[in-house]
Amino acid sequence: MSWLKTPEGRLAVIAVAVFVLMAALNPDRFLSPQNLTSMAFQFPEFAILALAVAVAMLTGGIDLSVVGTANLAAVIAATIMATFAGDGAGIGIVVAASAVALVVGLVAGLFNGVLVATFGLPPILATLGTGLIYTGFALVITGGPAVLGLPPAAAWIGNSTILGIPTPLIVFALLAAGIGWLMMRTAFGLKTRMFGANPLAARYAAMDTGRVLLKVYALCGTLSAIAGLIVMSRANSAKADYGSSYLLLAVLIAVLGGVNPYGGYGRIIGVVLAVLSMQFLSSGLNLMGVTNFAREMIWGALLIAVMLINTLASRRTS
Amino acid sequence: MKSINWTRNEVLVFGVILAFCALAAASDPNFLSIPTLTDLMRNSIVLGIFAVGAMVVLVSGGIDVSFTAVAAFAMYATTVLLRDVAPDMGWPVAFVVATAIGATLGAFNGIFIALFGLPTLIVTLGTLSLFRGALLTFIGTAQISNLPSGMRDFSRWMMLRGTDADGNFYSLHWAFAFLVVIVILTWFILNRTMLGRAIYAIGGAPESARRIGINVKRTQMFIYVYVGALAGLAGIMHASLARISNPQDLVGLELSVIAAVVLGGARLTGGVGTLTGTLLGVALIVLVRNSLIVVGVPSVWQSVVIGALILLGTGLPAYQALRAQRRAA
Repeated sequence: MSWLKTPEGRLAVIAVAVFVLMAALNPDRFLSPQNLTSMAFQFPEFAILALAVAVAMLTGGIDLSVVGTANLAAVIAATIMATFAGDGAGIGIVVAASAVALVVGLVAGLFNGVLVATFGLPPILATLGTGLIYTGFALVITGGPAVLGLPPAAAWIGNSTILGIPTPLIVFALLAAGIGWLMMRTAFGLKTRMFGANPLAARYAAMDTGRVLLKVYALCGTLSAIAGLIVMSRANSAKADYGSSYLLLAVLIAVLGGVNPYGGYGRIIGVVLAVLSMQFLSSGLNLMGVTNFAREMIWGALLIAVMLINTLASRRTS
Repeated sequence: MKSINWTRNEVLVFGVILAFCALAAASDPNFLSIPTLTDLMRNSIVLGIFAVGAMVVLVSGGIDVSFTAVAAFAMYATTVLLRDVAPDMGWPVAFVVATAIGATLGAFNGIFIALFGLPTLIVTLGTLSLFRGALLTFIGTAQISNLPSGMRDFSRWMMLRGTDADGNFYSLHWAFAFLVVIVILTWFILNRTMLGRAIYAIGGAPESARRIGINVKRTQMFIYVYVGALAGLAGIMHASLARISNPQDLVGLELSVIAAVVLGGARLTGGVGTLTGTLLGVALIVLVRNSLIVVGVPSVWQSVVIGALILLGTGLPAYQALRAQRRAA
């Protein structure tokens, strides 16, 4: 049973245990098709943000600007759509606006990368600052209220199903698989993890660390923009302060997923398992009538508990 | 005479504050007045106490994002306790209770950080939602505007009040004296005691600190209890000054406070930070939050400006360090 000794093994057990527990506590409703579908629509948006945070954490950094980036990208896309969409479904404008959103995310991420790699800012502070700036820009563009009046085609990515599977879930699955491959099977992924494990050694090994960091943060920004588009599509609007609780949740999921916040270790499968555990817990508690506040409390306790278990477990093995 | 080091954060922030005031005075002649100054001082009290605590943590090489939740918890729990148990108690009782609650919650952070060695950001992110969730789940969600009499008495306790030559009313609350006392006390601890040296030492190099015989765990425990106590005090003061105790208040302010401290030159990597810089940083953030409109920038730009200031304040020293390192290499 050696797989039980890895953080991912423990997580798999936790995910199954939470699922069984919640199914047992809500015998009729938890396993109902409605609940399962609604769960599948709910988690991809913050799960993608968690992927972004996890990738930044692999380098020993962090990206606190993911929610700001997501909202900025969504606000820009929504403004374009609301301005140029005519009376039709507006597929063309939705595609164009979404492409713009991805570019916004890429540029926002690159800017983070430049601050961290070229100017040597600590990632926490760089992304804290840019997070405020991106949120601020979204606020300046909208002036405060939500951007409404999106064309019908904008609802597709967040609300449709393909072969009965919710589209956001498919997007998340593809991204998780793609990033898992990128981080575990490519030279770029190896460099990212090496840099996270020991930046100095990575530099002495003639690695172009600046380029790696730039790419990592650009990836984070692009992922955030995708999450932003899904949020926009599901809410049928965009606002500067949507999903502000997602930042903590994304960090929580990444750490819960066994990603070492000091860098060097982390597996995408862990992040996926952590996301599922959180969603099962969230939905189950919701069905039992537990308030958002109690849920927030449980998340906080869970974050510390998992960190404690991982630290104590790694101390025992070393 | 010592020459001024222009690249120090303190000098930089002081320059920005002067420039801001000059611009504000140019567009509004009434800006440079006693009411503006007392407003600035009043708005700096709670933020300032938070910032002093956050600075001590940064100096020790950690980061605390939970202090606003600690403050909200201590503030609201104390208000409820006083209202239901001892409505006639004076404000000193409320302050002592809130400080004690804050210290207890701080100790909770300290246990995980000092004893188990968990990363400070993760622990305090966790306790931020843990404390806030517990407060709103178990103690209450409704704001209390009918404060216990002790807290009401405190809110009326003015150090000075009057009207200036233009007939504008101004007043300064005694709460400002608390900030002054806390700054002096913290200065004394950091600069005149072995404990203070230990805090700088573990921030500079934890392993070296350990080898010269510093009890790192006990020092860290002290830091988080102290920060919790300060947060509790700031919380109860916030409710007393605002004359309302709202459990959903304060949380969300933590990044602005850390921004102020970092602007003032404290390094996230630990070992570096001064109280002068911290207070200047607080003054700048308060100016931006309250008076951006006076210099002709609409207030929706507020978070962009604060974000840009953070990047500038951390970017310049970081870039210099990087260049020095590359020259040496």
